[in-house]
Amino acid sequence: MINNILLNKSNFEELPENCVIINGTIIDPYKGKEYSSDIKIVNGIISEIKESIPTTETDLIIDAKDKFISPGFMDMHVHLREPGYEQAENFITGTNAAMSGGFTRIATMPNTSPCVDNIFVYNDICRRTEDLLVKVHQIPAVTSERKGKTLVEMTELINNGVLAFSDDGDGIQSGEAMKGALQYASMFKVPILVHEEDKSFLDGVMNESLSSTELGMAGIPNIAESSMIARDIEIARYVDGITHFQHISAKESVKLIRAAKLEGLKVTSEVTPHHFSLTDEKVKTFSTDFKMNPPLRTKEDIDEILLGLKDGTIDVIASDHAPHTPEKKNVEFDFAPFGVLGIETLFSVGIKYLVKTNVLSLMDFLKKITINPRKILNLDQDILSEGKTAELTIFDNKSEWKVDRRKLQSKSINTCYHDEKLNGLVHCVINNSKIYRR
Amino acid sequence: MDNIKTKDLLKIKHLLGINGMCREDLELILKTSASFKQILDTPNKKVAALKGITVVNMFFENSTRTKLSFEMAEKRLSADVVNFAASSSSLKKGETLIDTARNIEAMKIDMVVMRHSTPGAHKMLLDNLDSIIINAGDGAHEHPTQAILDLMTITEKIPDLKGKRVTLVGDIVHSRVAMSNIHALKLYGAKVQLCGPATLIPKDIEKLGVEVTYDLEEAIQNSDVMNILRIQLERHVGPSFPSLREYHNFWGITNEKLAKANNDILILHPGPMNRGVEIDDDVADGDHQVILEQVLNGVASRMAILYLLSANIGGIK
Ligand SMILES: [Zn+2]
Repeated sequence: MINNILLNKSNFEELPENCVIINGTIIDPYKGKEYSSDIKIVNGIISEIKESIPTTETDLIIDAKDKFISPGFMDMHVHLREPGYEQAENFITGTNAAMSGGFTRIATMPNTSPCVDNIFVYNDICRRTEDLLVKVHQIPAVTSERKGKTLVEMTELINNGVLAFSDDGDGIQSGEAMKGALQYASMFKVPILVHEEDKSFLDGVMNESLSSTELGMAGIPNIAESSMIARDIEIARYVDGITHFQHISAKESVKLIRAAKLEGLKVTSEVTPHHFSLTDEKVKTFSTDFKMNPPLRTKEDIDEILLGLKDGTIDVIASDHAPHTPEKKNVEFDFAPFGVLGIETLFSVGIKYLVKTNVLSLMDFLKKITINPRKILNLDQDILSEGKTAELTIFDNKSEWKVDRRKLQSKSINTCYHDEKLNGLVHCVINNSKIYRR
Repeated sequence: MDNIKTKDLLKIKHLLGINGMCREDLELILKTSASFKQILDTPNKKVAALKGITVVNMFFENSTRTKLSFEMAEKRLSADVVNFAASSSSLKKGETLIDTARNIEAMKIDMVVMRHSTPGAHKMLLDNLDSIIINAGDGAHEHPTQAILDLMTITEKIPDLKGKRVTLVGDIVHSRVAMSNIHALKLYGAKVQLCGPATLIPKDIEKLGVEVTYDLEEAIQNSDVMNILRIQLERHVGPSFPSLREYHNFWGITNEKLAKANNDILILHPGPMNRGVEIDDDVADGDHQVILEQVLNGVASRMAILYLLSANIGGIK
């Protein structure tokens, strides 16, 4: 019998013992510095960062002329679909997609089958991803089977390396469960990552707006998200919990989180590239590649999200990479599952819609995909230093390329940027003594 | 038959919705509809216009009236008619919509009339079939043939709609009739007003350039035409409004309330009616209503649409 995974192959190679990266510009959001320097890597560890490193007795010279070297990107919101939905994505294809997008580290959501809500499934995933270039941080569910009732065995999971918990895919409907989860996790200073959606509103398929009115589609109003965020800010204050708001999409949500941060509450937030680059007008094509949850919103929402990205209300840009097979997506709009790809286009969508438009500097954009997610998940943020594991991404911010869904590394093709020209390209990632080159 | 033989062609190749159509197309359809209506008044109601053409009516949702009207129109045109009915939920479990449609098309058909619960389902047919596609209603999105028959009925009585106020009353949010009517009426220069409880008016609809009022009395006084939409009994009582009793009290059309209307006000209803809820007997059977005229015009205008679109058979894509 052939295991499905055996049909796919990882795109990385082992990193030779002695490597030097020359001619590049280091951009380090942790130190807030941008400077020209070479980097020497010995046995996967950064041994030297210096202006000019001799390349004699080197196994591999990487020429980073006209390119930047940054800490490896981290995407803290990914669905790898394994175990359970390997037809759409698996550890190999998903991490190939991550590497091609510049990511060395990802946090994966537990809405798999079986659900990651216990140490056995969690350990199995750790074991099966440990030899990859991309470090996979599996995020277990907050509640058993993500049903929003009974807490998972958090202590044991945290003792085995778990960084956070999430019932992503569903909002935690019960205030009591949310309060308990925040209180319990805060004992260990571990955040709860929350998908905010009050399911007592009508089951919609797109944003509730002029567009849904014109299309006659059932809408998901902004308040389905923001009212839940308002509730959870109250709970966070009450129990002094650590809350990270996933994929926020509504302008009201940004305002609530901004106020909560000003007040000093332990709240952080993320936004996906599609929520700052596309509006619900796209649904007028009836393409299910624009069906996701939370849905694409309006121009006014995007404007507030851009403000939030600027003023730091939104800490992180994460993909919510959600592969679905064409068989599942190529049906009537009402019947298609929610979710779109994102990890391979995140960086270039950010360059095009945030950096080129001067919403964020390159440095501030990189913070949101390198050190900020690590900070939220209590990981080391000082990466580009001597003595540290070489975990870095080499990219340029100028190249123009056109997205072709058939050429993506992901096993699925449900991207909302098919045929669009994007800017900035990842050339190389290094991590775990492994190297991927485009 | 000679007065129907026209060299005029529609700019549209399929009828998916009124949105995006031009006034000239609507005028051509109405003109052709009037000719077919005359034929329907003669003893031999049948013409050979679609002889040899096969039309499939695919109804994934119950709709006795629209289906009957299409079938009647197709048969009056001498088309070969095949009916396919299934609930879209049973379709969901097995064969996909595209497979079903391709299967039927493989049997050599020319035109597909489809009713489906999902907005945009017709776009999938368009992308996958060579047949002419006619939308007989897609969710709460469009129901273009209903808007055309409503327009025909209104313009028979009020030839120039410019500046006239047409009010759609009732459940706008779940109605497939409303959006198509709004687009069609605006093409004819009418003022469109919506009236009903706030919970049944969809978000931001005033941005389409329509007026919204919650006050039926006000609407009755300022309207030239009122199109009374059906309240879907099974759907609403709950968060949307308190009771059918309260709905009838405030938004039901009664002769008493119509006393304040202008003398020539027209009352339309796309049917089927809930008598005693959105419309009372005395109005439904009264002097202002043109409800059965709508039914007759439905057949005539669907004949016109089928006939005009059939000019493209074999010649598109
Ligand atoms: Zn989510």
